[in-house]
Amino acid sequence: MRGNTYIYIAVMATVSLLIRVLPLTLIRKQIKNKFLKSFLYYVPYVTLAVMTVPAIVHATQSSVAGLVALLVGILVAWFGFDLFKTAVCCCATVLILELFLVR
Amino acid sequence: MQNKAAFKSGFKDGIPIGLGYFAVAFSLGIAAKNAGLSPFEGFLTSFLCNASAGEYAGFTIIAAGATYIEMALATLVANARYLLMSCAMSQRLDNKMPFFHRFIMGFYITDELFGAAIARPGTLNPFYTYGAATAAAPCWAIGTALGVLAGNLLPARVVSAFSVALYGMFLAIIIPPARKSKIILGLIAVCFALSIAASYIPYVCELSEGTRTIILTVAISTVAALLFPVKDEEECEVVAE
Repeated sequence: MRGNTYIYIAVMATVSLLIRVLPLTLIRKQIKNKFLKSFLYYVPYVTLAVMTVPAIVHATQSSVAGLVALLVGILVAWFGFDLFKTAVCCCATVLILELFLVR
Repeated sequence: MQNKAAFKSGFKDGIPIGLGYFAVAFSLGIAAKNAGLSPFEGFLTSFLCNASAGEYAGFTIIAAGATYIEMALATLVANARYLLMSCAMSQRLDNKMPFFHRFIMGFYITDELFGAAIARPGTLNPFYTYGAATAAAPCWAIGTALGVLAGNLLPARVVSAFSVALYGMFLAIIIPPARKSKIILGLIAVCFALSIAASYIPYVCELSEGTRTIILTVAISTVAALLFPVKDEEECEVVAE
C-alpha cells in the first residue's frame, strides 16, 4: 500500500540530514590516528574521481562528446582554470560537438 | 570583512554549480512527476534533501509504494558517501566552530558544494558554503519543480550540455592538486581505471552508482592511506596551494 507522500519526504529528509550533520557536529577534535587521517585526506579526491569517470561519458547524448569534454576538462583544469571556467569549457565542448554528432 | 569575501567567492563558485544543478534537477523533476509528485512536493524534497541519487532512489520508492523503512534504507545507501565527506570535512573546521554553523554546513554537503568547499585552503569558513549554497541550492529546488511542471520542454541538446557542468567542476577540484603531487596524480588515474572496470565487472556493475561509489571510495582510500600515509605538513601544503 502506498504511504503518504509527505511522510516519505520527511523520512528522506531526516535520513539525509542525519548522515551529513552527525559526523560534522560530533567529531570536534583533530583525529590523531595516522591511518584515519590519511584515509580522510584521500576520500575527497577518490570519491570525486570515481563519480566523474565513467559517468561523464554516459551523461551526454553522444558518448564521444562526453569523452572529449572529459579530456578538455582535465586539460584546462591542469592549466589552472577555476570551477566556473572549467565547467563552461566542458559544457561548450558538448554543445558544439553534438551539433555535428547528434542529428 | 573576511566573512564577506568568503561569501562572495562562495557565491561565484556556486553559480556554475547552480547551472549544473538546474539541468540535473530538471531531469530529477521528471522522475518525481512519474512518481506522482506535485511541483510543490518536488520542490520541497529537493529543498530538504539536496541529493541527486538519494532523491532519485526516493522517488522510485514512492512510485513503487514501498514502506517507510525501505525509504529510510534506500536513502541511507544512496547518500552514505556524504557520511564520509562529513567526516573529512570535520577535520577542516575550527574546533570552536559553533553548532549552528556545523549544522548548516552539514545540511549543504553535496558532491559539488563539498568539493568546492574542501578545495579551499586551510580552515574552512562557513560563509563560503553559505555563499555557494545561496547561489546553487535554489536552482536545485526550483529546477526540480520546473522539471515536474514541464519536463519535456527543454531541448535535449541543452540538457546534455548542462549535464557535464558538474563533472567539469569535479575535474577543476581534483586536477590542480594532481599537478603538484605525483601521489594524487597516480591515485586519480587508478580511480578512473577502477571505476571504469567496476562498471563492467559482473555483479559489481549491477549495483547502483551510489553503492559503487561508496565501495570504491572506501577501498581505494584505504589502500592509499596504507601505502602513502600523509605527513602533517604535506596535508596542509597540498590543500593550501
